[in-house]
Amino acid sequence: MSQTEAPARKGGLAAGPLAGPTAWLDDRVGLATIVKKNLRKVFPDHWSFLLGEIALYSFIILLLSGTFLSVWFKPSMAEIIYTGSYDPLYGIEMSEAYASTLDISFDVRGGLLMRQIHHWAAALFLAAMMVHMLRVFFTGAYRKPRELNWLVGLGLLQLGIIEGFAGYSLPDDLLSGTGLRIAEGLMRSIPIVGTYISFFVFGGEFPGNEFIPRLYVAHVLLVPGILLALITLHMVLLVYHKHTQWPGPGRTNNNVVGYPLLPVYAAKAGGFFFVVFGVTALMGALFQINPVWVFGPYNPSQVTAGSQPDFYMGWLDGALRIMPAWEFTILDWTFSMNVFIPGVALMGLLFTILGAYPFVEQWVTGDRRVHHLLQRPRNAPTRTAFGAAGITAYGLLWISGGNDIIATQFQLDFYWITRLLRVLVFVGPVLAFVATRRVCIGLQRKDAEVVVHGFETGIITRSPDGEYSERHLPLSPAEAWTLSAHDRTEPAGLPAASDHNGVAAPHGRVEQVRGRLSRFWVGHDHQKPTADEVREAHEHHADDDELEPAEQQFGGVNELGVPRRH
Amino acid sequence: MRSLSTHRRHPLAGVLVLLLGLVVLGGLYSVLAPRSAEADSTDEALIDDGRQLFLVGCASCHGLNADGIEQQDGGQYGPSLVGVGAAAVDFQVGTGRMPLAQNSQQAPEKAVIYTDDETAALATYVASLSPGPAIPTEEDYDASDASREEVVEGRETWLTNCSACHNSVGAGGALGDGRYAPPVLGTDPKYVYEAMLTGPQSMPVFNDALLDPEEKRTIIAYLETLEAEPQYGGAGLGGFGPVTEGLAAWLVGMGALVAVATWIGATAVRARQ
Ligand code: HEC
Ligand code: HEC
Ligand code: HEM
Repeated sequence: MSQTEAPARKGGLAAGPLAGPTAWLDDRVGLATIVKKNLRKVFPDHWSFLLGEIALYSFIILLLSGTFLSVWFKPSMAEIIYTGSYDPLYGIEMSEAYASTLDISFDVRGGLLMRQIHHWAAALFLAAMMVHMLRVFFTGAYRKPRELNWLVGLGLLQLGIIEGFAGYSLPDDLLSGTGLRIAEGLMRSIPIVGTYISFFVFGGEFPGNEFIPRLYVAHVLLVPGILLALITLHMVLLVYHKHTQWPGPGRTNNNVVGYPLLPVYAAKAGGFFFVVFGVTALMGALFQINPVWVFGPYNPSQVTAGSQPDFYMGWLDGALRIMPAWEFTILDWTFSMNVFIPGVALMGLLFTILGAYPFVEQWVTGDRRVHHLLQRPRNAPTRTAFGAAGITAYGLLWISGGNDIIATQFQLDFYWITRLLRVLVFVGPVLAFVATRRVCIGLQRKDAEVVVHGFETGIITRSPDGEYSERHLPLSPAEAWTLSAHDRTEPAGLPAASDHNGVAAPHGRVEQVRGRLSRFWVGHDHQKPTADEVREAHEHHADDDELEPAEQQFGGVNELGVPRRH
Repeated sequence: MRSLSTHRRHPLAGVLVLLLGLVVLGGLYSVLAPRSAEADSTDEALIDDGRQLFLVGCASCHGLNADGIEQQDGGQYGPSLVGVGAAAVDFQVGTGRMPLAQNSQQAPEKAVIYTDDETAALATYVASLSPGPAIPTEEDYDASDASREEVVEGRETWLTNCSACHNSVGAGGALGDGRYAPPVLGTDPKYVYEAMLTGPQSMPVFNDALLDPEEKRTIIAYLETLEAEPQYGGAGLGGFGPVTEGLAAWLVGMGALVAVATWIGATAVRARQ
């Protein structure tokens, strides 16, 4: 009897007070195995891997603060007379949407703080996504097998922009109305169908009475819903692929070195969440953002100097500002290229390029292998140069969007800035490309040099027969490994255009193009030294002028010529 | 007062205002024009002082008789001041715009170099050449007792007429060719009134037919309200709108967060060693 009781008692003891529900769940869905496996999931850490988290956390802040706002916001364009507590607008006719925004700002406790937190979080969300995307781009994290997650990420960025623009337009103040008017202009500039699209979206002539309610549904339900779903997919894919890591001793394409999710990584990530929340809340408390009360309700007869969209739309506004007036008519249709190209085509172009890039790179380099190790930007000079060119073009367009502010603040001529930017926007990216690639190749050369010869110590010795030489400090094996963990690159050879019978090779043309592109892509890279080169160099130096290998990073020498070590 | 401003909406109000304006102008002219011939001695003395000051400080550009110099190559150029009125001189000299230091796109504000008396003398002298808008009296521009309705009205008038150049919070804005509309918050109400009256440089003239004195006063009332208004919600970032907000998001927000991220990453590396 006692023998049969023992196991039962034992089980009861081990379960403890908390085990009830968990054991219950475990029995039914095998929770323990799933959780155990995922709690042990390893995350490498590096500051740049936290950029995506900033985006994630600001999205959570957006959901929380947005929910607060939706309790008071009235998405209606019905005209009412304002009788709230902001005096300079007392008795003015305005839409309910604008009036309720004023109420949130002045008559709801904590409302203005929440509005500002929401808006700053939106700005941080987009800024973080952009920086995160750049880190993924410059480190080659989008390479196989993560192309799909790159595309999901692009979807997130696009939706984030749409979500932000929708939010910016909701309060129906003078700036958001001006922004919507521009958006309507962009729609209309789409050849032939533009006018129909605009009438369809606004439910008639701009602005109509339908648009704010429609926008509201998109802003609080549709877009956040899709965002949430895509973020989930993004995270699932991340866990499935495992995170990439930087090359280093013990880190290979087949493992992940880092901390387990629990407790270290979760503690760090949780802590970081509060930091992001704290920074957003501080900004919301200290800096004014979108003070709608000074702009007043939307009134098409009023304009104000300094009308600008939020920053993520700034580059399109900038393109619009510097585009020369180019418009033509075919039959009865007006083609407003002056609006269509900067306003609509450019956005499409950017996302097409970004979406196609991983696949184009794969095709050109012929690299279809799986990659879990990141690349230092210098080890992919052409990619890094493309990135720099893209940032330059984007930045210049962005600057164009603030051309009036720059003109007044720096006392420059507005027209002159515009003309200059028209030229720079084409020349700048080319210069950036060339310069960046040179710098990258230079850095590659320096790395190779250090791997072969070690660090220069600046210690000059004189041998008994009078020969001067500089002593070199060879790298520790760990450092040498880190510096040479990347692959060599080789341009694809040019295939013969036709075989010896003069028959054109199948795909010959395409392959020719690919060969040429590939030479352009990787042909200039400086290759890491071969093992033989390193061995030979060591043998050469071994006799007298080489110091003991540094265990850790070389930190220069002190006044006595003794190498410092960290 | 209220009934007057409601009647202004009447279809005949425009005609009435025009007629009134003409009568006042005619009246003013008939009072002023003969005066310059038989002005009393103190006025005469003031005009004389003004002329002396003018010959020293202004004539090099505006001509000995204030009728302007147009000289393409020398670079010395000043428009005729005949008929610009005392208000223009008071504004230009009182805000330090005149005398112009160098030929630039726009006469910038700088330190005022004439005393109030000297400015008055200059103004009287220029006004004596030919009548123009007179310096407004305190009654015209004093808006300290403006009612809430007047402030609301002033806001509307401001947004309809001025904010296109001066920005909704009066922070200023860019115009073409290196010209700019300066910030107006903090400008003495008298100069705000005179600016509207005389339209300095690229600014249009808002004479009494465009904006009657009452409307001008409400604009001043609104600007004073804006100035006195606390910065709801924190530092205003210069009132430039989304451009400075975007900068702050990147530099302050992302700057701080990336710094923290770097710190988190760095401490991990050290722990590992
Ligand atoms: C260096 C040349 C220069 C000097 C000296 C100068 N001015 Fe001027 N002034 C100008 C120019 C140029 C303008 C026209 C500015 C514009 O419209 O862009 C002007 C404009 C003015 C106007 C405005 C005219 C209008 O149409 O409203 C007034 C009033 C005036 N000046 C008064 C003075 C007085 C008074 C002095 C002497 C204290 C003076 N200026 C000295 C060059 C000068
Ligand atoms: C076309 C653009 C434009 C409009 C519209 C305009 N202004 Fe100006 N304003 C200017 C410019 C340009 C100046 C600078 C003139 C100068 O430097 O002499 C100016 C100067 C001023 C100044 C002098 C500021 C100072 O600090 O000395 C005031 C005040 C002012 N404007 C008020 C107004 C008011 C009130 C309205 C509306 C009734 C108005 N402006 C409409 C362009 C404009
Ligand atoms: C809603 C916005 C986004 C959120 C919340 C988000 C969140 C994250 C997080 C937390 C990670 C893991 C940590 C990291 O590597 O930084 C990650 C990884 C990744 N993200 Fe995003 N991201 C967003 C947008 C984007 C965008 C715009 C792109 C690119 C177009 C992108 C592409 C990727 C890729 C490829 C990875 C895998 C990186 C790797 O494993 O090294 N994401 N994302």
